[in-house]
Amino acid sequence: MDMLLSLLRSMPGAISLGLIWGIMAIGVYVTYKVLDIADLTVDGSICTGACVCAILATNGVNIWVAVLAAIVAGMLAGFITGIFHTVFGIPAILAGIITQLMLWSINLKILGKANVGISARTIKVIITQLKTSNAIMALIGFVTVVIILLYLFFGTELGCSLRATGCNLNMSHAQGINTKVNKILGLVISNGIVALSGALLAQYQGSADINMGRGAIVTGLAAVIIGEALCSHISINFGVRLAGVTAGGVVYYIVYQIIVWAGLDPELLKMFAALVVALFLAIPYLKSTYFSYTPQFKAERKMRKIQARLAKKEAQLAKKAAKKGGKA
Amino acid sequence: MLELKNITKTFNAGTVNEKIALNNINLTLEEGDFVTIIGGNGAGKSTMLNAIAGVWLPDHGSIVVDGVDITDMPEYKRAKFLGRVFQDPRMGTATDMWLEENLALAKRRGKSRTLRWAITRKERDEYRDMLKELDLGLEHRLTTKMGLFSGGQRQAVTLLMATMQKPKLLLLDEHTAALDPKTAAKVLELTDKFIKEGNLTALMVTHNMKDAIAHGNRLIMMNQGRIILDIKGEEKKNLTVEMLLEQFAKASGTEFMNDRALLG
Ligand SMILES: Nc1ncnc2c1ncn2[C@@H]1O[C@H](COP(=O)(O)OP(=O)(O)OP(=O)(O)O)[C@@H](O)[C@H]1O
Ligand SMILES: [Mg+2]
Repeated sequence: MDMLLSLLRSMPGAISLGLIWGIMAIGVYVTYKVLDIADLTVDGSICTGACVCAILATNGVNIWVAVLAAIVAGMLAGFITGIFHTVFGIPAILAGIITQLMLWSINLKILGKANVGISARTIKVIITQLKTSNAIMALIGFVTVVIILLYLFFGTELGCSLRATGCNLNMSHAQGINTKVNKILGLVISNGIVALSGALLAQYQGSADINMGRGAIVTGLAAVIIGEALCSHISINFGVRLAGVTAGGVVYYIVYQIIVWAGLDPELLKMFAALVVALFLAIPYLKSTYFSYTPQFKAERKMRKIQARLAKKEAQLAKKAAKKGGKA
Repeated sequence: MLELKNITKTFNAGTVNEKIALNNINLTLEEGDFVTIIGGNGAGKSTMLNAIAGVWLPDHGSIVVDGVDITDMPEYKRAKFLGRVFQDPRMGTATDMWLEENLALAKRRGKSRTLRWAITRKERDEYRDMLKELDLGLEHRLTTKMGLFSGGQRQAVTLLMATMQKPKLLLLDEHTAALDPKTAAKVLELTDKFIKEGNLTALMVTHNMKDAIAHGNRLIMMNQGRIILDIKGEEKKNLTVEMLLEQFAKASGTEFMNDRALLG
């Protein structure tokens, strides 16, 4: 009973973290699902958001201004990746990795050291883990605003052309859409959202750390995948999908808490998360290959294998017989 | 209207795979010309259309559309002047987006895309009327994803999208080749209708000699990156497949070897 209570008591924290990472996952959704780009900048830009917010806040800047600055910093990071990708023709994944590495140095320069604390006692933060119920309310507010803004944006002429860019480059060019600019724009929006989640994460945890973005993309993808699974049968509405992605983040952290509570080594969680993400990413391929073989094809393949084995055996026997014959 | 001057394009220059796909092409179209293009596999038909569309830049030569030099204009910018339908029905539309969203994207071809709503209610009624004219029952399926439509339906929609904003030049690259004969005939009929009603200038590549003869007011034949025949006016009206084959043999010095063209 006590055990169960302790699990329940950890839930508000899990939900808060889940919402923060849910916002991050919305950013990942914009590049990964809408733009069809796997953008690894996010590992760096989430940390950039945290660093900018932490440094400004500890230097007496209003926390809302600090969050805004964090978003702008994230957008800049996305812009750099976008330029690498579209102007210099570097494959999107590599462009993201290059920016990510650059950001590690930049983040260290911003922070000045590996870790900077934001004490909720001395600074007027928006959310803190000291007051989880308030934090959850505020985070739900953030999530709602982000989803509404994106929902409206993707319903505009520009937003629609961005979706077309992610869907069909040929058609986009033929319809006069500047796909390079759109890709940059998508990366800017995505990394702005990711940096926002970084800024919130720093406040929630009470510190910004140079290593806090490591593997963020996997957590983000996991949330996207869970979210897609959650609402793939409910609705195709874009807003609902984004809400589902946020819910995916929450589910991820609740599962995380349960794993910790069950006594599993939380250090292994990233490994499990990575494996689960790998599995889900593999499903479309597996479906189109191994699982699309017809029963007849499978049966025939089995027969061919058996025949091959028999032929091999026979050849061996024949060889042996020949040897024996030779001796005799 | 359209002027191609000395367009040359070599793929993989300087390698063993070097291929002169376009060899000094010169072509001038008059306003309202509907030109059908035939030629064997690898003759350079698609390459010529792609050069006009700006998929890549020619090695040399110039392209002028209606007095505007578009030779080194990026593909998305010259889209303002061009309507395009591709051979592959998947290429012309955004399959993950709704029918009406695709139409709205096409409606804004050549215009700047702002933060205004992608589709207005008034437009939606317009689209419904346009779709009704296709006579494929699409007017009731505005919010169906493009990917769920058949190849013929998609080509008809792509055709509509290509002509919705009147293009200075319509480029059709074997846009009926992936369709069954009945659907192909329907799409071809729509093509004729759109070109006539919009008084469009068009280039249509086809593998089917009969279609090439039956449509348009001018026919050109390509071989090994060159235009080897250019038939217009009365001569085009009285053309038959036999005459075309004979002319081809004379112009190229070889037999026309293409079953698809003969039987199609
Ligand atoms: N992107 C490319 N890279 C290399 N070679 C190319 C490329 N595009 C076309 N070619 C070559 O240029 C030549 C002309 O090709 P093109 O596609 O224009 O022929 P086509 O007349 O359209 O033929 P088809 O009837 O088969 O469509 C071919 O030999 C082709 O292999
Ligand atoms: Mg071709």
